[in-house]
Amino acid sequence: MTAMPKWADAVLVPLISLLIAFVISGLVILAIGENPMEAMRIMVSGALGSTYGWGYTLYYATNFIFTGLAVSVAFHAGLFNIGGEGQAGVGGLGVALACLYIPWPHWSLALAAALVASAVFGAAWAAIPAWLQAKRGSHIVITTIMFNFIASALLVYVLVNILRPTGSMDASSARFAEHLRLPRLNEILALVGIPFNNRNPANISFLLGLVACVAVWVLMWRTRLGYELRAFGKSEKAAVYAGISPVKITMAAMLISGALAGMMAVNTVMGEAQRLILNSVEGAGFIGIAVALMGRSHPFGVLLAALLFGFLYQGGAELALWTKIPRELIVVIQALVILFTGALDNMVRRPVETLFLMARKGR
Amino acid sequence: MTVQANAGRPDSAAPPAPPAIELRGISKAFGPVQANKDISIRVARGSIHGIIGENGAGKSTLMSILYGFYRADSGEILIGGQPTAIPDSQAAIRAGIGMVFQHFKLVQNFTVLENVILGAEGGAMLRGAMTRARQSLLDLARDYELDVNPDAVVEDLSVGHQQRVEILKALYRQADILILDEPTGVLTPPEADQLFRILRGLKDQGKTVILITHKLREIMEITDTVSVMRRGEMVATVKTAETGPEQLAELMVGRKVLLRVEKRPATPGRPVLEVENLTLRDGQGVERLRGISLSIRAGEILGIAGVAGNGQSELLEVLGGYARASGSVRLNGQPLDLSGREDAATRRAQGIGHVPEDRQARGLIMDFSAWENAAFGYHNAPEFQKSNILMDNDAIRADTVSKMERYDVRPPIPTLAAKNFSGGNQQKIVVAREMDRNPDLLLIGQPTRGVDIGAIEFIHKQIVALRDAGKAVLLVSVELDEIMSLSDRIAVMFDGRIMGERDPATTDERDLGLLMAGVVQ
Repeated sequence: MTAMPKWADAVLVPLISLLIAFVISGLVILAIGENPMEAMRIMVSGALGSTYGWGYTLYYATNFIFTGLAVSVAFHAGLFNIGGEGQAGVGGLGVALACLYIPWPHWSLALAAALVASAVFGAAWAAIPAWLQAKRGSHIVITTIMFNFIASALLVYVLVNILRPTGSMDASSARFAEHLRLPRLNEILALVGIPFNNRNPANISFLLGLVACVAVWVLMWRTRLGYELRAFGKSEKAAVYAGISPVKITMAAMLISGALAGMMAVNTVMGEAQRLILNSVEGAGFIGIAVALMGRSHPFGVLLAALLFGFLYQGGAELALWTKIPRELIVVIQALVILFTGALDNMVRRPVETLFLMARKGR
Repeated sequence: MTVQANAGRPDSAAPPAPPAIELRGISKAFGPVQANKDISIRVARGSIHGIIGENGAGKSTLMSILYGFYRADSGEILIGGQPTAIPDSQAAIRAGIGMVFQHFKLVQNFTVLENVILGAEGGAMLRGAMTRARQSLLDLARDYELDVNPDAVVEDLSVGHQQRVEILKALYRQADILILDEPTGVLTPPEADQLFRILRGLKDQGKTVILITHKLREIMEITDTVSVMRRGEMVATVKTAETGPEQLAELMVGRKVLLRVEKRPATPGRPVLEVENLTLRDGQGVERLRGISLSIRAGEILGIAGVAGNGQSELLEVLGGYARASGSVRLNGQPLDLSGREDAATRRAQGIGHVPEDRQARGLIMDFSAWENAAFGYHNAPEFQKSNILMDNDAIRADTVSKMERYDVRPPIPTLAAKNFSGGNQQKIVVAREMDRNPDLLLIGQPTRGVDIGAIEFIHKQIVALRDAGKAVLLVSVELDEIMSLSDRIAVMFDGRIMGERDPATTDERDLGLLMAGVVQ
């Protein structure tokens, strides 16, 4: 029963939700005695007003693309993977090991190895909860949350006791070799003659994120595995009737999900810090849940939502820098966006549907 | 007989007493689909009024409007002559309307009493409500022959008794008008007779009953007036005494319908399926199948009769490859592995097609498009692959278009989601998928549940055609009519056992009914 055209469902409804979230955020800013219009101006100009701002926005967006896709893939199979944070963290360990212990002659080889390593490490971290779910029925939401904490403890241990160079007081690994530095976005854009700021961390990983979007789309809607995965996510009973193995699909979905989350680390660890530091994921694993929700688990929607959250992240940082608005307020804004685009979706959807029905009748 | 040609106009001569319910010009659209078109109907107080129509004719939508689940786009509802707005089910209950759904809405591990007061506790403390409810349950039981032990836990009750609890719930809420949606679908013939006695009792006490059904026999047996719906419109309202099943069927479908299945005598060949001593325990260790033995030969339909829940579903699940069991099953002489190593995909490859009992939960993914569903279970077939990884969606769509044409699926739009097809057309998609591969053995459960008459006729013809092509068919149905008219042999299941086999030519409903109740060995 489609009451409204597809574009309204996919674009108009989230846009209206977003607008409401912004209006309420404005009221909050007003309440703490700041000017919301000025705040908005700072956010927009800080995140999108310069190529420097764009660089940071795209850098954050890259993280959110990977974690958002990770949540989406699991979600299509009816699995709620809350463990993106831990999987990305462990993925970072994979990147560090690949870059530190093998003397790669060129960054491109190191990138390939880092991608594989991060995917394998992330997938491995997701594999244990997946196995427990598939074989023992332990709820994946609970186990993936617990694995976030285990990952965090594991990384502290590894950084402090194994990867920390002797004599260093900092709980982080040694720096990767300089020639393994990933090409920055400004270097790539310079090849086609577009000038771009060089003092931001946006790098080739953003393009990898775009490739990942396309790859996930192909996986979900063009492959047999994607078909089985979606069928299983819609109805396990029907999937079993069709000869689809729940164990196989649960494992496959979670391994792919974990791998995508793990690959996020290529952006942060190899693209930005060039060493493994504590808490390199910075909550991007959790933002991925919001991104997948807002993007309706569609790769294209995830891309748009990731860009939005990249904007919010960078704009929020600018806001904290130039006004008395605390950085935490950006969390409020993000929460409102999640609330309206995810949880309160029907609140906007119903009236819009009614409007379309009325418009149709009026014709 | 008086067929009200255009029921959209109320009679010019007003009847003396206002009808219990009057609907005037009710219309409801879901997007482009007009589910109810200018429906007007009067239901006389103290009568049993049948509403009959094919699936997708708009019966359920109309009743949902009356019960406050949907709001009509236009039109008026009058209860006892008073215009009444019914924005939600609370308002419907206040207006004296009670609804008994096809799928009961009972809390399984609550007692009868607890279920009856649920939502009508009338305060934070339960004690008072419980005492009041207990008394009124006893009164209702006396008045209407509705005996149920108030302290019994619902999950221990038979389906027939659970239905009584639903009726009691409505009456406890002071319902004057009782709507029953396909109430006999889950009942044995004796239970259905009992229900009809209760309904007659309600009518004698001045209650108004609206009975939604697709079974012509029930309409003829119990209703005073019958309204026929077709494609969202009310096409006729007639006195039951002045009509007959053939005329009603014709009104429903809009053309002449063959109510009997025409088939030649079977010419059974070699045995296709041989089942010996099949035993299955469920997760709680309860034996669901207790040593089933049966065989089906090529060119033969074996019908399994029985009340739902006596092991038929488990039998289909084992043969379909998604439940483990012990015992021996041979297909074309080859033993099947029942230990769980072989799954449903293996069974399909071995030549078993399977139309499951519950098409909405198993047979289809309701959110998937028709073409995605048309390959479901056969999505590994080589002709649907582009490479080792990629599916050939174009090939599947082309195949779906052809299936839709040959199996008369309407509308023939492969991209439409399964949930947007009517029940009959959903079933045709499943039947097309499972029959089109020419399986040696077809398992078919409840082939026409929730399916309209036109589609029933079509599906029955397909089943007989498959048999005539020399295939074996295992038919499981709770509809005795269907079992009797399609089967070449009938086996009756009760409590996980086969109680006996009968020849459809020499048995009757009474005989089968006794076996179904486990009375004779």
